[in-house]
Amino acid sequence: MKLTELFQRGEFVVTAEVGPPKGFHIEHLLHEVETYLKGRIHAINVTDNQSSVMRLGSLAMCKALKDIGVDAIFQITCRDRNRIALQSDILSAALFGIENLLCLTGDHTTLGDNPQAKPVFDLDSVSLLQMVGKLESGEDMAGNPLDGEAPSFCKGAVVSPCSDSVDVQLAKMEAKVKAGAQYFQTQAVYEPEKFIKFMEKAKQFGVPVQLGIVIPKNVGMVRYMNDNVAGIHVPPEMIEELKADKEKTKAGITGVEISARIIRECKDYCQGVHIMALGWESKIPDILKLAGL
Amino acid sequence: MLITQLKSKDTIEALAKGKVFIINCHGCKEVYFPEPEADELQKELKAKADVTEITTRDYICNPENLRLQLKKFEEKIKEADTILVFSCGVGVQTVAAYLDDKRVYACCDTCPLPGFQGVTPLEFDCGQCGECYLNYTGGICPITACSKSLVNGQCGGSKNGKCEVDKDMDCGWERIYRKLEKLGKLDTLKYPTQVRDYSKPFKEEK
Repeated sequence: MKLTELFQRGEFVVTAEVGPPKGFHIEHLLHEVETYLKGRIHAINVTDNQSSVMRLGSLAMCKALKDIGVDAIFQITCRDRNRIALQSDILSAALFGIENLLCLTGDHTTLGDNPQAKPVFDLDSVSLLQMVGKLESGEDMAGNPLDGEAPSFCKGAVVSPCSDSVDVQLAKMEAKVKAGAQYFQTQAVYEPEKFIKFMEKAKQFGVPVQLGIVIPKNVGMVRYMNDNVAGIHVPPEMIEELKADKEKTKAGITGVEISARIIRECKDYCQGVHIMALGWESKIPDILKLAGL
Repeated sequence: MLITQLKSKDTIEALAKGKVFIINCHGCKEVYFPEPEADELQKELKAKADVTEITTRDYICNPENLRLQLKKFEEKIKEADTILVFSCGVGVQTVAAYLDDKRVYACCDTCPLPGFQGVTPLEFDCGQCGECYLNYTGGICPITACSKSLVNGQCGGSKNGKCEVDKDMDCGWERIYRKLEKLGKLDTLKYPTQVRDYSKPFKEEK
């Protein structure tokens, strides 16, 4: 099902994110999905060589999820493919019955585990969104007609509400909406007040926004994100909270509590939540329960 | 503008087989050539290998000019087993085509250097994309100021105004936004979605 249908129905749309393995054995991932996610969330977003680290492809993983009855969101970045390959993969997604796309520019190749690779960026998130719209109108980017029925997708995009240059991000968000973005998922939020302020400005665009959650696992992880991950800022009091009871943090309870609290504080201001568990998929049911979802 | 960097000493020494004829090109202002480093390396090479000549020429990328300049070395070139060329990639290709029965080796790697014609400061660069965006972007080039050459705004990788690729590099789109903000021209950013035409620099205008 398209996420847009859920938003239109007024549902609070809950999605999770999984990263395919660095290999082709997906049994473990499918088991996690069946055990912790299926039936509890609306759809699963599959990352596209996340952080420029080479892995199993997003499209193949989306198909595998679809085969076990889970709606998938095909994350597609502009880092590794030119416009010919991007258009071709989007048609392939239509063939597999994948109805949701998340269109991103993608991290730079130098950040990943094959830093020697050529960064492509023939298109960017905005022109990618526009291109999907073009395919939906029955033509490729160059205006050549597609054979048969045109594909149709729910087109998603991302935005960083807690970025230190939030005004620049809002300008980009506006460009994405104009290019056809139908919903947004955000970078991880740890400061609800910043998110709420952002939403006051973002609501003018009239598109649903899903709050982004990355479960804080431990002090090392959040410090790393503060130093290195764009758009993420974990405030000092939250770091203290993770430090306070080491056993509780190690067991994942603190991370679950913090995540649920952020969702509770933000949920009246947004239209859904997107949880990036980074391997802690087993914690998602507890977060949803504690957040009252 | 180009910069030529010497290949490693080991690499060059391994190339210097038999009688070696060396050509340096100090021709044009558009190429930065590592003169003192090349001098030193060639002196060392002379002690180890059978170097029959080291000549420094100009504009060897001009085939006719190259032919005239090498005329007086005809004999030495004829008996040489290896020609080592210290120049940009175009120079090496011209020599290799002219002396097409000789083993001609490049001793430098050629890299683009920001700015060109030797008159612009390093921080400005032109990607020669054939579809100038500067009028949209407050005079800051998104092709060269952004690591991903994005033309529709900032990506999610900017942190504290710096690029995800290099913490010492300002985010190009942060610079563009701030400049337009300063000019009271943020509306300029509402331009239609741009898609680059990579065929453009090679197309003839009709």
